[in-house]
Amino acid sequence: MTEPLLSVRGLTVEFPTRHGILTAVEDIDLDIMPGEVLGMVGESGAGKSMTGNAIIGLIEPPGRIARGEVLLKGQRIDNLPPDEMRAIRGRRIGMIFQDPLTSLNPLYRISDQLVETIRTHLPLSRDAALKRAIGLLDDVGIPDAARRIDDYPHQFSGGMRQRVVIALALCAEPDLVIADEPTTALDVSVQAQIIEVMKQLCAERGAAILLVTHDMGVIAETADRVAVMYAGRIAEIGPVRDVIKHAMHPYTAGLMGAIPRLGENLDRLSQIPGAMPRLSAIPQGCAFNPRCPRVMDRCRVDRPGLLEPVPGRRVACWLYPEEAQA
Amino acid sequence: MSSQDMTPAPAPGTPAPVAPPRPTGRLRRMLDSDIFYSWKRSPVTVIATFTALFLILMALMAPLIAPHDPFNPASLNLMDGFTPPASASAFSDNWFLMGADNQGRDVLSTIMYGSRVSLFVGFMATLFAVVMGMGLGLAAGYNGGMIDAVIMRVADIQLSFPAILIALLIFGVARGVIPANQQESMAIWVLILAIGLSNWAQFARTVRGATMVEREKDYVAAARIMGVHPVLILLRHILPNVLGPVLVIGTIGLALAIIEEATLSFLGVGVPPTQPSLGTLIRIGQQYLFSGEWWILFFPAMTLILLALSVNLLGDWLRDALNPKLR
Amino acid sequence: MSGPLLDVRNLSRRFDVSKPWLNRKIEGLERLYVKAVDDVSFTVNRGETFALVGESGSGKSTIARLIVGLLKPTAGEIFFDGQSLAKGLNGAEARRLRRRFQMIFQDPLASLNPRWRVTDIIAEPLRVFEGGMADRERRLRVGELLTLVGLSPEDGVKFPHQFSGGQRQRIAIARALAARPEFIVCDEPTSALDVSVQAQILNLMKDLQREFGLTYVFISHNLQVVRHMSDQIGVLYLGRLAEVNSAAGLFAAPRHPYTRMLLDAVPDIEMTGRGRRKVEGEIPSPLSPPPGCTFHPRCPLANDRCRREVPHLRAGVACHAVEEGRVPA
Repeated sequence: MTEPLLSVRGLTVEFPTRHGILTAVEDIDLDIMPGEVLGMVGESGAGKSMTGNAIIGLIEPPGRIARGEVLLKGQRIDNLPPDEMRAIRGRRIGMIFQDPLTSLNPLYRISDQLVETIRTHLPLSRDAALKRAIGLLDDVGIPDAARRIDDYPHQFSGGMRQRVVIALALCAEPDLVIADEPTTALDVSVQAQIIEVMKQLCAERGAAILLVTHDMGVIAETADRVAVMYAGRIAEIGPVRDVIKHAMHPYTAGLMGAIPRLGENLDRLSQIPGAMPRLSAIPQGCAFNPRCPRVMDRCRVDRPGLLEPVPGRRVACWLYPEEAQA
Repeated sequence: MSSQDMTPAPAPGTPAPVAPPRPTGRLRRMLDSDIFYSWKRSPVTVIATFTALFLILMALMAPLIAPHDPFNPASLNLMDGFTPPASASAFSDNWFLMGADNQGRDVLSTIMYGSRVSLFVGFMATLFAVVMGMGLGLAAGYNGGMIDAVIMRVADIQLSFPAILIALLIFGVARGVIPANQQESMAIWVLILAIGLSNWAQFARTVRGATMVEREKDYVAAARIMGVHPVLILLRHILPNVLGPVLVIGTIGLALAIIEEATLSFLGVGVPPTQPSLGTLIRIGQQYLFSGEWWILFFPAMTLILLALSVNLLGDWLRDALNPKLR
Repeated sequence: MSGPLLDVRNLSRRFDVSKPWLNRKIEGLERLYVKAVDDVSFTVNRGETFALVGESGSGKSTIARLIVGLLKPTAGEIFFDGQSLAKGLNGAEARRLRRRFQMIFQDPLASLNPRWRVTDIIAEPLRVFEGGMADRERRLRVGELLTLVGLSPEDGVKFPHQFSGGQRQRIAIARALAARPEFIVCDEPTSALDVSVQAQILNLMKDLQREFGLTYVFISHNLQVVRHMSDQIGVLYLGRLAEVNSAAGLFAAPRHPYTRMLLDAVPDIEMTGRGRRKVEGEIPSPLSPPPGCTFHPRCPLANDRCRREVPHLRAGVACHAVEEGRVPA
């Protein structure tokens, strides 16, 4: 078995506030294999973006990584000084955010931004870097790339801008791309194109993707494995097809039932009562217990860790035996 | 978290009607606690608050606590003139903490009475500017078009002159219009009008901007769909939501109005000499600065600085505390 | 009592996006208009849900605002229960009409006045339409409405920011229902909500529709949601209706090439591996729409006629290729 590209162990992110310490992300364990697409799905406040940001060292103070470690190819990166972390971001981990304008400076031409990023990370001359940049824009499907590279970000449509961001994320040949809601701001028809481009380019370059999104549909289209997050913890993690078709955690099952489908028209959607708890009021025991249709006494007291009842699938729920069967 | 987060969708049916409880004061206090917290956390603001409160209380209670009555000719002794601070007059038994001025008036007492005039003019002028600016700003922001263009161009023109120049102009015009025998009694109101009129534009601008933002929000659309009258939409919906920034610039505007009043009085066009404000006192004092009687200028000037500074600091803090982005 | 409650005829709306007068004069520019809605006609039957679906720039929200009178049409008419709305609403008759329709917005936080308590927010329609109502009676009604949407009467004293997104949308629904309207325009009512909360709100809206016989115009970009909620669907592209059909018909047999493309773009959550065509191109800028059929640059079936001539809605679809029988099954 190959070594994971990225390992996250016991990652916990806390925010001290005047009302006490809030735990936004708690005890996250996950591995991303080289070339793998790991989806991370959850509703707002589930801590999915926070996890992505913690991995690349972008937690805004006063938030802090309280416990745990992040290893990139076996090397710890969560405790690196800021300038070393900055070198890793972009060079070894590329980033794609929801709003392309957080990655693109509106005052500079696309060519300047691409060339600068390429030359920061790779020992290339200006001309070579420019050539590479044009090639990248071609790859992400920007028509007439050689001419359009001298345009400013506002001269591109939303979808084209996100393509430029993908080019920017890939320009130093990173091992891992973290994509945080990359298609949320886009129309459905454009979303399909962007997912396709992202998936294809990463596959060609052997880059793994951590895809953070609230949209189960995007996950189903893109990811190999998926981690379902709830109230700052991983509820369930496993191969996409298994999780979608045979959810183990009652939250995942509820979530899947709540999504309206094109193929059928049910009179009522199945719904999970209530809403995700606020960080300041996460219930004792399993965070999902007040909303869970299969809640047991134990769920109200003990918080379940990630168990592996079936090889390759881990779930944080007391419904399953604590020891793996295999 | 609210307990209602757990409520499932209702089963259609007719539950026994229950009216919502009436709001309690406790909620209000809870709501304000964030502001209180940020106040407590800022020592500068706490000091500024107490300084401002002290000066305002001193001004309000001047007739009760002032050691002398500087405007009662019977209690004045010209021979007490120029008594230095913290000493007794050589001619009477009167003792002066901050010394006495050229006419033998107690400087501390004149400051107390002078702050009264300064604060009264400042408050009234700011109130006038707020009401006028807010009214015009709401009208301009909500209606847009011609009304907006006219109001805002007038504001632009006014803002391109120094406020003091406009106040002087209005003051001059008022002098010409008001009959001579009423000038003395009207002087303070003319001053309020002059300062108020010279400051409305910034309120109008701020309120117009905030109104244009609020106007586009869906809660206004919801009211418009119901056919709520535009004036009611402005007063009930938009006005409460634009008060925050008005409070901030109103506080800073108060400090400016106090300084403006002092400037006008210093120039001799402000309040009549029978009702000296801090500015008048400074004008009197500066004549004696170079002859060594520094206290006649120093103490009123320090009071003015303290007053303006503490009010300004309060305004600064209020701006940060009400800005959700900085929280 | 069946028959259309809402009849929209040849509705058009353009927006003036010209630069300011001075800039136009100095730079020698013409006035510039965007056709946000162009010649749109449809009818909505009583007790049914008519969905308008489209991507950005399709004009769906503009149509919503035209229907409820927040915008005035440039051309065309809107009839509500036989009475024209487009003439502008005034007087006592207008009050009676306004009472019968309401709107629910996308962002529930923006649609609730942050300085008002929930009781006052929900009571606003009652104050407007039932001025004679006693205070106590009004408060009872608010309590009843809060219970109806799954909140509790005690929530009335709170402010909107004290609620979660889903609860805020429940409050907005309670306000919409306060004056007992028959017709509600819902503009992306669940787009700002999480899936599990979306399911709650959609179920609630369906329950209320059944209980009170409500008629909805439901605006959304989400095809799955539209499929779940609606009886009739109109597909909009750049301000024009591309196709109108029953929900079942539209999803079973989409006719317009754009509808087909949209359906193909929806992520395949069932993971059936259904065959899908790749989506081509992007939505053109509404500032300079293509001539002829605005979809022609992205359409695999476009010919010269499509590039020249604007197709009109015939038998539920506006497409030359469909008319000429050039569409493969």
